[in-house]
Amino acid sequence: MLTLDALTVRRGTCPVVDSVSLTVGKGEFIGLIGPNGAGKTTLMRGALGLLPAEGQSSLAALPVAERARQVAWMPQAREIAWPVSVETVVALGRTPWLPRGGRPRPEDRAAVDMALARMGLEAFRDRIATRLSGGEQARVLIARALAQDTPLLMADEPIAGLDPAAQIATMEAFATLAAEGHTIIAALHDLGLAARHCSRLVVMARGRKEADGTPQEVLTPDLLARAFGLRAHFSDGPDGPIFQPLSVLG
Amino acid sequence: MTRLLLPALALLVALLFVASLTIGYTPAGLGESLAALGTGDGPLGLVMREIRLPRALLGVMIGLSLGLAGAAMQGYLRNPLAEPGIVGISSAAALGAVLSIQLGLSAAFPLILPAAALGFAALAVGLVLMLAGPRGGSITLILAGIAVSALAGALTSLVLNLSPNPYATYEIVFWMLGSLSDRSFTHVWIALPFMVVGWGLLLTLGRGLDALTLGEDAAEAMGVSPRRMRLLLVLGTAACVGAATAVAGAIGFVGLVVPHLLRRAVGARPSALLPASALGGAALVLAADVAVRLVVPDRDLKLGVVMALIGAPLFLHLIRRTRGEVL
Repeated sequence: MLTLDALTVRRGTCPVVDSVSLTVGKGEFIGLIGPNGAGKTTLMRGALGLLPAEGQSSLAALPVAERARQVAWMPQAREIAWPVSVETVVALGRTPWLPRGGRPRPEDRAAVDMALARMGLEAFRDRIATRLSGGEQARVLIARALAQDTPLLMADEPIAGLDPAAQIATMEAFATLAAEGHTIIAALHDLGLAARHCSRLVVMARGRKEADGTPQEVLTPDLLARAFGLRAHFSDGPDGPIFQPLSVLG
Repeated sequence: MTRLLLPALALLVALLFVASLTIGYTPAGLGESLAALGTGDGPLGLVMREIRLPRALLGVMIGLSLGLAGAAMQGYLRNPLAEPGIVGISSAAALGAVLSIQLGLSAAFPLILPAAALGFAALAVGLVLMLAGPRGGSITLILAGIAVSALAGALTSLVLNLSPNPYATYEIVFWMLGSLSDRSFTHVWIALPFMVVGWGLLLTLGRGLDALTLGEDAAEAMGVSPRRMRLLLVLGTAACVGAATAVAGAIGFVGLVVPHLLRRAVGARPSALLPASALGGAALVLAADVAVRLVVPDRDLKLGVVMALIGAPLFLHLIRRTRGEVL
């Protein structure tokens, strides 16, 4: 789905992402975790080809139009510049698929309808997107990315600022998409939700890939101390994996 | 409503076009003047074909250009306060025109004025693109535009300041007010090719402008190239606004107010706003140019002045409305 080989992104001479290699397969739901400034966003933008990078990225190597059909990208900044309807925003996800100068076809409308339904936004269809709350706007933008109907979805902190129910619903929607054969890579700060819903966690710290594996393999006391400076509780019981950060290590 | 908007605006432009043809210094009835347009050999036929027709055509062309460029500029910058003048092209074109008046060239060869204006507009484009850099975003474009605009404004003031000839100064000041009177078909033919190229470039931007609603990063990931769009935007704006300034002087507010006025009616989609704003611009310029002739027919009231008088209160009203929505 995505192969990175020694991807390095520099700001000036300082490598913000330092020689990261990663292979992502079909159907994975990857949580990209790490403290602030670890290089999560830069890694994703470099992998997408939105930043000049050294090393190889299978996505950045694609022609721009083809890449837009392979991967949908949700930046962290949730920008909706004009007071357009929710349906219009979601339909923007169809941009890479529309024929030159063409109007939306039935399959475009179907993709928009499906994306709206998936994020529970049918009732919001004709509302003005800029007048919705921040959390609702976040769901609209996730629906926009879903409407792009790509095998791979990359999202930068898609659940930040959502209420708990919307956070869980979004993580479950991503997990469902992964189960259907899509691949999701999401930068996350909520380690508890990441541990519960992601099939694989990739930990970034100081620009390097610090760990990579299932949540159980990755969220060890040693790694948490090294990468996050945290002590945490992690158990796997009848309710699934439960992770709770406990205290900051001195 | 959105579906009816474009035909309604086109009808409005057509009506104002006829009004612009039939209202003027030489009194003549509607039917009489339209008949003279086609076949009249007398003075009325001459007035219609040589004076009023080019004037009305220029009104449409300049209005289309300003409205379209304003909508494209606001869409690209994602800012409702943007206007075509923001990239410095109109100030540079005005500087070219002012220089040609000051040096007495335009008196000797009337075509030097629009040519100098277009040349300076082209110079400004090169300067803005160079300053903004190849990778810069919309902010660098605004900053580069402001810098070029300020420089052109300063040089224009310098020309006025040093002008030894009061008649030239008088002419410059009047030219800068912006007007469509006493233009001929020569002006139409000078401006039209540039404007057609500009319209063509700007109208290709629709889908990219829609995608930019989500920000430059998201748009780029959807296969839109903001860099390519910026180049097309600046070239398209320079071609049509540069040509408009070259033949009519500085006419403000159209590119600012018209997109603002029509945004809601098209559901705020930047691509839908392009044609609507072009037609709206044509209607506004024609209406103002008719008003110029109706209000004080015996004084040479300048179009740019009337436009500002219409535009500023309209803009104040829009600000009030926007404020009501935000709070």
